[in-house]
Amino acid sequence: MNHPPSRALRRVPLNLAALLVLALSAFPVYWMAITALKPTADIQADTPTFLPLHPTLEHFRTAVHADGFGTFWRNSLLVTCGAVLMSLVVALCAAFAVGRLRWRGRRAFILMVFVAQMAPWEALLIPMYVIARDTDMLDSLTMLTLVYFMTTLPFTVVTLRGFLAAVPVELEESAQVDGCSRAGAFRRITLPLLAPGLLSTSLFGFITAWNEFAFANTLIIKNQDARTLPVWLSSFANVFGTDWGATMAASSLFMLPVLLVFLVLQNKVTSGMTAGAVKG
Amino acid sequence: MLTAPQADTRPAAPAAPPPVRRPARRGRLAAAWPYLLIAPTLVGTAFLLLYPVARNLLMSVQHFRMAELIRGDAEFVGLANYTQVLGDPDFWTVTGRTLWWTALNTGLIMLIGTLAALMLKALGRRMRLAVMSGLVLTWATPVIAATTIFQWLFQSRFGVVNWALDALGFHSFQNYAWFAHRGSTFFILVALIVWQSVPFAALTLYGGLTTIPAELYEAARLDGAGAWQTFRLVTFPVLRPLFALVTSLEVIWCFKCFAQIWVISQGGPGDATTTLPVYAFQIAQSLHKYDLGSAVSTLTVLILAAALVFNLRRMFRQEGEAL
Repeated sequence: MNHPPSRALRRVPLNLAALLVLALSAFPVYWMAITALKPTADIQADTPTFLPLHPTLEHFRTAVHADGFGTFWRNSLLVTCGAVLMSLVVALCAAFAVGRLRWRGRRAFILMVFVAQMAPWEALLIPMYVIARDTDMLDSLTMLTLVYFMTTLPFTVVTLRGFLAAVPVELEESAQVDGCSRAGAFRRITLPLLAPGLLSTSLFGFITAWNEFAFANTLIIKNQDARTLPVWLSSFANVFGTDWGATMAASSLFMLPVLLVFLVLQNKVTSGMTAGAVKG
Repeated sequence: MLTAPQADTRPAAPAAPPPVRRPARRGRLAAAWPYLLIAPTLVGTAFLLLYPVARNLLMSVQHFRMAELIRGDAEFVGLANYTQVLGDPDFWTVTGRTLWWTALNTGLIMLIGTLAALMLKALGRRMRLAVMSGLVLTWATPVIAATTIFQWLFQSRFGVVNWALDALGFHSFQNYAWFAHRGSTFFILVALIVWQSVPFAALTLYGGLTTIPAELYEAARLDGAGAWQTFRLVTFPVLRPLFALVTSLEVIWCFKCFAQIWVISQGGPGDATTTLPVYAFQIAQSLHKYDLGSAVSTLTVLILAAALVFNLRRMFRQEGEAL
């Protein structure tokens, strides 16, 4: 406001560019939400409307009542939460061993975890399928849970190790001086301090597993009841035909948990993503 | 990669409080603890990562088709699968397309991401918050949700893109079937990947930009440097490691991208959007040639590793020269 007019004028192209970026990034998601809320007559209009003039929940009802909707939600939640909890417990043990104890082979173990973090998962679709078939685990949620557990494990170990290193070991030591056992000191002192780290790490794992498509599409073939949400949503044409309102409603519902997670994580997102490189 | 210095240099933690009973057994147990704690990680990695990798390599040197999958045994054929794959002109077409796909996507992502990051830095507080919220919203969109949204945006009959193009005077786009043509399907997939990946690049680079001391820019301004010179001589050199990291991650993600392509086009129309991961999957799952699929997968990983080593070495060599 107090800037001389020339300065304000120079900022106009900048702000226009900002509006363009904002529009391009937000429009598809906005269009999803608004399509889900429009009555079918407005969706199939020759001139689209850009505001929800006649909002309706009809499409959400169609999506929720679609065949197997509840089952696929349950499957996705089971697989995702199972994998995240497993990798959290297993990684916490490993992170404690690496961060708090001295032992032979520690460096080799850390190196192994780093290498595992770069595993080319997409290249393992075929052997995973063959192994699942050999062990009678095809079409089972157990196999999918195990795969997601392993895809999130290395990242979880590395991040938890980082969070653990930020908790001063002296705190544990003083608790031990006061008569706590080693495990007791860890449980009473370090674990509460580690809670935010555990939360954000598990939420990153949650996003990875919740969104995963390739393995879910390869390992669940015959048993349609064992499918997860991404695979179900990818075949929306078979479910909803050309009912775009219902498809967008289903997409919105699928996106909701991830959006909530992002809101919880807020600014931790950027740093965490570079550290662990979690993405589709 | 960017985690803070870890506990490696920390002096050894003091031993557990003095044992009360049976000291020998406690000592041996204490020595076993670390190995018990890492055992689940080791078992998981062995069965769910090393074994599949080994199995992939094994299958790629066997004759492993539908019959072998059912019977469970397979004959070794040496490098015959690799010879067959490398002798197939299709493989080279797909490899070339994959490299072009990766270069195009990564180039666009880095260009737009850098511009968006610089823009965020220059914006006022409220506008910056708005743009960052938009970027985070994009970022939070799950891959499969984004693919369905893009399919809806580009629908031929009621799609909003065709309506907008028609309204702008490009009447040939009325009811244009984007997913029926080679070029337009490829274009939509590039748009989708770039749209999904720019937020990560932009926000990470913006995070890096905020760490550059203002004095450097002040000095550059006093020396009369323009915007481009400031970027080339101050911003880029300071953030070179971050640029290298983000570029490498984007190369990996674009190169091995599978879900988006598979859901939107399954590699089609024809083979217009078949990249190496899609090609390997098609050969294995649709044609049941698991052996050839495994060989293609192995080659894919090798090509990606070579591209990354090349990229990283170039980056670090330049950094070495700058020092």
